[in-house]
Amino acid sequence: MALPHLDAATRLARWMVRDPARAEDVVQEAMLRALTYFSGFRGDNPRAWLLQIVRTTALTRLGQDAGRREDVLEDRAFEALPSAEHNPEARLAGEQEHGLLHRAIAALPGELREILVLREFEDMSYREIAMVTGVPVGTVMSRLFRARRALMQAFGEQPA
Amino acid sequence: MTGCVEPERAWELLVQADHDGELDAAEAAAVVRHVEICPHCAGLQRQFSALSNRLRAEVPMHGASEVLRRRMTARFAAPRRRMGVIAGFGAGAAIAAGLLLTLLPAGADPAEGLVAAHVRALQPGHLIDVPSSDKHTVKPWFDGRLDFAPPVPDLVAAGFTLVGGRLDVIGARPVAVLVYRRGGHDIDVFVWPGEASAPGGTLRGYNLLAWNDHGMAVRAVSDIEPAALRGFMLAWQAVPEDAGQR
Repeated sequence: MALPHLDAATRLARWMVRDPARAEDVVQEAMLRALTYFSGFRGDNPRAWLLQIVRTTALTRLGQDAGRREDVLEDRAFEALPSAEHNPEARLAGEQEHGLLHRAIAALPGELREILVLREFEDMSYREIAMVTGVPVGTVMSRLFRARRALMQAFGEQPA
Repeated sequence: MTGCVEPERAWELLVQADHDGELDAAEAAAVVRHVEICPHCAGLQRQFSALSNRLRAEVPMHGASEVLRRRMTARFAAPRRRMGVIAGFGAGAAIAAGLLLTLLPAGADPAEGLVAAHVRALQPGHLIDVPSSDKHTVKPWFDGRLDFAPPVPDLVAAGFTLVGGRLDVIGARPVAVLVYRRGGHDIDVFVWPGEASAPGGTLRGYNLLAWNDHGMAVRAVSDIEPAALRGFMLAWQAVPEDAGQR
């Protein structure tokens, strides 16, 4: 039995809510919503459809938690991400860089972050990202550009 | 910082689209020609490439945890092989949960449909339409919802507690489902007019038993051990039909 889009759903939820435990809650709720709303599914892209539901679920959850401080969530998220912590050498070598990359992505505004991770980590096309996020392809392009710009600057690689 | 040599065109976005594999051959060729004459866009192209490489190489890609995967798999367990479509919701559950299932002819082996219905019912909120341990509540609940009256025996003496009932659809046929519980295991008992044809067995880890009860086909599905399920059947069959016992 395979749930082929479960990993993608989990990754998106994690990048959106930035807390692994809450992300898994989001995924579970999204899967149940997917069951409830399946009759609205007429497309040919179940992955985009599921991620769209994950996104909506995550945004709802974030809205419910709007009173909580984001930086607190962020710290918890990074502590809990199972990075290289069980490998001291990798940890020494990669800690600073991984921390920077993670933090740079996590520090992006949500509407830029979701588009960046769908493109870079899920390898989705602009059209698919537009489907998941409900914005036009042109907006996908400009937000992706802004997200990348911000990361380049965070890495100290000033754009030419 | 110098900018693009041709700022009136959105070369930056085109360079990005090229990097993301979104351009057709003609557009991509135009980008190639442009970066030959535009140091700004050539630099941008290298930066896009370096950034994507770093992100994909250095940011760990964590999927679902094993715990979540197991939980989701148990909850949405759906076979790769054929599963009887039990009604719209069953088909939808298959699509939405597995997002990979082939849908199939109704009227396949009913055992598949029964197990699928049982598994679906394990999802929160779907197990029971009428939660009650009182057969005098559960039995009348089916009146008007079905054109037959399922037996609802009291099996507490045998250690099986009635927890409720629900409607389900197997094949195209509405059926009564009684839910009994013992030691944390739920037993779904599907009842409909007719004869139980298959003897039972095991399917994907669930045990099935079938018997007939005064013109009704009865099939029980559970993850409880086979001996206990047989005990359940014997207890059911031992309840006398008269004296309001059913």
